[in-house]
Amino acid sequence: MSIALGERAPDFELPTTGGDRHRLASENPPATVVYWTCNHCPYAIAWHDRMLDVARDYANRGVRTLAINSNDPDKYAADSFEGMAERVESDGGWPHPYLHDATQEVASMWGAERTPQVYVLDSDLRLRYLGAPDADYDDPSQGAAWLRGALDAVLDGREPEPAETEAVGCTIKWRR
Amino acid sequence: MLREAMAAQGVDPSAIEVREIDTEESAQREEFVGSPTIRVNGRDLQPPVEGEPTGLACRIYRRRDGRVSPLPDPDDLRDALRAAVVR
Repeated sequence: MSIALGERAPDFELPTTGGDRHRLASENPPATVVYWTCNHCPYAIAWHDRMLDVARDYANRGVRTLAINSNDPDKYAADSFEGMAERVESDGGWPHPYLHDATQEVASMWGAERTPQVYVLDSDLRLRYLGAPDADYDDPSQGAAWLRGALDAVLDGREPEPAETEAVGCTIKWRR
Repeated sequence: MLREAMAAQGVDPSAIEVREIDTEESAQREEFVGSPTIRVNGRDLQPPVEGEPTGLACRIYRRRDGRVSPLPDPDDLRDALRAAVVR
């Protein structure tokens, strides 16, 4: 089960494809987007450009965006750390870090289940929005509207509406 | 989606045989490269490229406009069904 709305998100420190490590609690931005994604899920791929656009569009408002891949790379080679780094490089870089949760402990702590699954945290790292980027993976014109609305609300000190939607995507591939 | 496409081609949707692939072993045995896989008369709607690994993954389809999708392009589905009906 996912962490609950209003709950403070569990801290983590994970390696990035850039070669360094990122700790959630190391920064204090006005809002943070944490989303689970991966390299092989068609839903995550379909929403990918919209997620990068949000990261770019909100960076100048101080929003931090972090992508996490927790899939078992032994079963899905494309989701290996090397595969992650190659993808970022082939994209010409991402506007946010791509973190590797090799032990899957972070996904377990957060109760993440799908790719993509989006979490919006406030400045106190409390969960304010949980779910999908928008209503339709197949419609790029949606533009991650739910996520953008949640960020606007958090930045304005309001409660997001909706605050929770159903995450649509592939299940995280767990080690057995 | 599949039922509608079959009905549009005059094929009885009750002819669909749904098979759950729930182990890596069965995926390998069935040459299953991801869900959903749609085979018409045993032939994959979009045959996987040679060497594509089998496994319990989500399948990536390419729409005719180039977009990535978890589902096949409806026109590809229609054409595959139409070809099967003609055969």
